[in-house]
Amino acid sequence: MNALLDKYGDEIRAILAKYPPEGAGKRSAVMPLMYIVQRENGYVTREAIRQIAEICEISTTDVASLIAFYTLYHGEPAGKYRIQVCTDLPCALRGAEQFLNNLCENLGIKVGETTPDGKIMVESVMCLAGCHNAPLFQVQSPEGIEYHENQTIESALDVVNKLRGG
Amino acid sequence: MDVAEYILLRHRDIPGLDQIETYRQNGGFEALRKAITSLDPDDVTNEVKASGLRGRGGAGFPTGLKWSFIDGNKWPHYVVANADESEPGTFKDREIMEGNPYQFLEGVAICAYAVKAKDAYIYMRGEFWQIAHKLDQCIKEMEAAGYLGDRLFKSNITVRLHTHLGAGAYIAGEESALLDSIEGKLGQPRLRPPFPPAVGIYGKPTIVNNVETLSNVPMIIQRGAAWFKSIGTEKSPGPKIFSLSGCINRPGNYELPLGTTFRELIFDHGRGIPGGHRIKAIMAAGASSALIVANEQALNTPMDYESVPSLGAQLGSASVIIIDDTVSIPWLINKTVHFFAHESCGKCTPCREGTYWMRHLTERISKGEATMNEVELLYDVASQMKGKCLCALGEFSIEAPMSGIERFRADFESITVKSNA
Repeated sequence: MNALLDKYGDEIRAILAKYPPEGAGKRSAVMPLMYIVQRENGYVTREAIRQIAEICEISTTDVASLIAFYTLYHGEPAGKYRIQVCTDLPCALRGAEQFLNNLCENLGIKVGETTPDGKIMVESVMCLAGCHNAPLFQVQSPEGIEYHENQTIESALDVVNKLRGG
Repeated sequence: MDVAEYILLRHRDIPGLDQIETYRQNGGFEALRKAITSLDPDDVTNEVKASGLRGRGGAGFPTGLKWSFIDGNKWPHYVVANADESEPGTFKDREIMEGNPYQFLEGVAICAYAVKAKDAYIYMRGEFWQIAHKLDQCIKEMEAAGYLGDRLFKSNITVRLHTHLGAGAYIAGEESALLDSIEGKLGQPRLRPPFPPAVGIYGKPTIVNNVETLSNVPMIIQRGAAWFKSIGTEKSPGPKIFSLSGCINRPGNYELPLGTTFRELIFDHGRGIPGGHRIKAIMAAGASSALIVANEQALNTPMDYESVPSLGAQLGSASVIIIDDTVSIPWLINKTVHFFAHESCGKCTPCREGTYWMRHLTERISKGEATMNEVELLYDVASQMKGKCLCALGEFSIEAPMSGIERFRADFESITVKSNA
């Protein structure tokens, strides 16, 4: 039995239907399936790796290697909401590094750390395709990804407070 | 100074263009109807060829020519739209998909018809999660209205579109890495040849085009190649979206004819440099750019695929980052090298090791801890990577360091120390 398939059967079948029915096509479902798994608690568990490998007919190593390669997959639990601030060149030219430091200072954490209540993690990430609206960040959570652009420290702390309340 | 009519950013002229009814009322899907009901697939390809449209993702390869390379002896064929937009400084495809999604999807469908593909995948960077949901909804509406699915316009033609989300890897925007990523593998570039029109996803012939490229296609089919050629320059026809960012008063996307000068983009549209500062350098192709010294000659240069190389740089995806005189070039190249070191996929040694060692050097140099000997060493490491990497990522990573050292030597001389003693 595959608990993942039991729980999300219709959704997983719809994903598999996008790709060719033979073996190579099944493997294409691996990335969409990891997003489904991350909805549960924000990271891909060892058990989920095994379930995904079974559905996609690949090894657990093949699944696990993707978690390390792609930055939006996580193999370990962390803050529920990941605030990912872009500090690449165009954003840095518009004060993104200062913004990131101020945000961390206000939250009492360092970049890459999570607040003591376990809710907010702050990360520095690569380009988010919002260079004209810097400073900006995205919030990755089990529910998905949301952009917040043209930010100030005040507006960012508002977002944080709403996330903490939710 | 604005364009007479938007071709790609049409939502700026027509509010609500992301609604299927509004899109239809404004001529939407007429090009797809025309293609399927009155043109042979090869006629469509020939029209795109005649238009002179060149790939807008960065390489500038002639689009129609690429379509004509599809291997007619192997089936099925696939189309892949590259919506992985991840180059620092590029944010144009995102605006197209958010504001004018149906024109893009219609372009994908026309491409699929032209190369006789039934299935097309839209590979979007994982960060575009919200846009992917929007496109899924658009695709459903097109299916319900009979613009996607089986027996299109009562023909025997089938076209299906599928979105596919990446998960945060710049390298997955490299077309062969993108194909591996769709196949559920690490996004690492393939050895080429064979090229995707011969061996693409699942080993089948595949056409990969950028979002902006495909969004040009409906208008080319509807209005004709001659109309398209009337915009832009002879060798670089058509409109282009320039993403303007960095030290500029009005950052944003500007749709202008190819061949518009840097001066017009920066000073007329972007309203110049903030805080009374002077422009120092221009990066025309995002972080992958060589640094252009922003002198009079550069500012008067037309932004097209032929002219920008005369400045020792490339137009790329036209992500124009403006650098003012407060910016230290050693700091800048440390930023870009960090980006490439982080995004290097690790498959080929020159890029994996080269970006790693360059990063160590640029960190020390930018902190003022290094001597000029280390600047020379950085230049040497970069030179040795040149022409040896498996894909363009490695080659891009050396553009800013090499041009920075060559063209802004004084910045390095002023930050380096005399000796490490």
